[in-house]
Amino acid sequence: MRLNLALAQISTSLGDVQCNLDKHLNYIELARKQKADLVVFPELSLTGYVLQDLVATVAHKPTEDDPIFKPLLEASQNLDLVVGFVDEDSRHRFYIASAYLSGGRVLHVHHKVYLPTYGLFDEGRFFAWGDSVRAFDTRFGRAGLLICEDFWHASPPYLLWLDGADIMLFSSASPGRGLTDKEKLESARWVERVSKAYASMFTSFVVHCNRVGFEDGLLFWGGATVNDPNGELLAQGPYFEEALTLVEMDLNQLRRTRARLPLLRDERTNLVQKELDRLLSQNM
Amino acid sequence: MKFDLTINTDVAHQILTNFIKSEVSRVGFTRAVINLSGGLDSALSCALAAEALGSENVLALRLPYRTSSPDSLEHAQLMIDQFHIPSITIEITEMVDPLFGRDPEISKQRKGNIMARQRMIALYDQSEVFKGLPIGTSNKTEILLGYTTMWGDMASALNPIGDLYKTQVRQLSRAMNIPAVIIDKPPSADLWVGQTDEDELGFTYEEVDMLLYLLVDQRYSAQECVEEGFGQNFVNAVTARVRRNQFKRMMPPVAKLSNRTVGYDFLYLRDWGT
Repeated sequence: MRLNLALAQISTSLGDVQCNLDKHLNYIELARKQKADLVVFPELSLTGYVLQDLVATVAHKPTEDDPIFKPLLEASQNLDLVVGFVDEDSRHRFYIASAYLSGGRVLHVHHKVYLPTYGLFDEGRFFAWGDSVRAFDTRFGRAGLLICEDFWHASPPYLLWLDGADIMLFSSASPGRGLTDKEKLESARWVERVSKAYASMFTSFVVHCNRVGFEDGLLFWGGATVNDPNGELLAQGPYFEEALTLVEMDLNQLRRTRARLPLLRDERTNLVQKELDRLLSQNM
Repeated sequence: MKFDLTINTDVAHQILTNFIKSEVSRVGFTRAVINLSGGLDSALSCALAAEALGSENVLALRLPYRTSSPDSLEHAQLMIDQFHIPSITIEITEMVDPLFGRDPEISKQRKGNIMARQRMIALYDQSEVFKGLPIGTSNKTEILLGYTTMWGDMASALNPIGDLYKTQVRQLSRAMNIPAVIIDKPPSADLWVGQTDEDELGFTYEEVDMLLYLLVDQRYSAQECVEEGFGQNFVNAVTARVRRNQFKRMMPPVAKLSNRTVGYDFLYLRDWGT
């Protein structure tokens, strides 16, 4: 089975959801013309990243009667979509969220479970913490969504792996930082290193779509990647520029890799649970 | 020393020109204005702006005082010629001398501050005439040390070089083919005859950039810097100077009275809505 993936590493307008929606629809159409099956957009792709006091004004619910999601759900009749947005729950808590849309339906919504609130980040001040990490079934197999800081921690990808995700879909709004004498920014090198490591250790496909553009002095570096179950880089988008990067993923590679390297078969989850129980009981 | 401030100048160049392009155009401008002093910082900012926006969209201002070094004017002209930048020259002598003349005791520091602020006035006035955003020319070293005139040379709409130490400004300037005479001359604000930054500060940029890099970027404690070989007095003087000048890096604090106050809980980026 093959999946034609499109990585839409776009720049966004800060707080102008309609403008960002229009860009999404343009990129979706571009991807459809190139026979993509799935388009992945970055974190908070419909809103922009450093929202601060804009959070409540840009929030939307991923439902058919929502004016922003209605056209996206219609577009998902043709190809599957991962979009980033601010989700507001019925009790008015606001989450950094990603939605997987397919066949006119919302298959899954992930709320970011790790909100970086240190250094240049201030997400915990403005957003509620998500509290679940779940895989879900798609027409391409079982997948999982994570957002930026979620995969700076090892546990969320690990949980998705155990929950059956063979395709991990990561999205980011990663500010570039750490200019040295090297060709890549430190933040880019870090994210590329862990994406490759997860693909290798979990013998899974790891897709990462990061946005581009500036918000004040913050630069988002782009460079979307796909790594295959061997940890090999299949495709990479350019740094710093908007791009739609297409890549054909041969999903049969999962079987071939795992026949050779049965890390999933041999994973000792009971051992993990036993030791976690011990650590948690000691710490209490 | 084992620490290295070398930057990849291709990456820096790409990010900073993209930054200027993005942050000028998203607020509805296509042009920029810049005070071209003849020194290196403004030469680099000017070259970056010219590449980002096109030379014809950058207006360079030369704003000499009667005691300014003739080299400053000449070096600014080298940049104007090499990068094909439109320019105007406005002498500020007749603008500032009346203020100097009101007090025979006026110090050179006061005169320097007045000149820096007069140049800011000319810059913002030409911003209106040329319809260009004022581009900043303050590097990271001087921002951290507070070696700048508040609302004077630090005033701008956006500052492309504010996260580059002076020694990194030199690196990027070499990569952008800024004339060597500008890169190699002793840095000076040229506010009085014979002034140089390093004489006035009491240390070289190489020394202080390395120390600031450890203190700020690498989060070393003062004691750890001494253990790395920096003199105790030097470390003390620099850390005190960085702390004392925090006010220059901030908007003036507003006294909070209401439930929502600018600067505390009215939080939006400058790029709000764009």
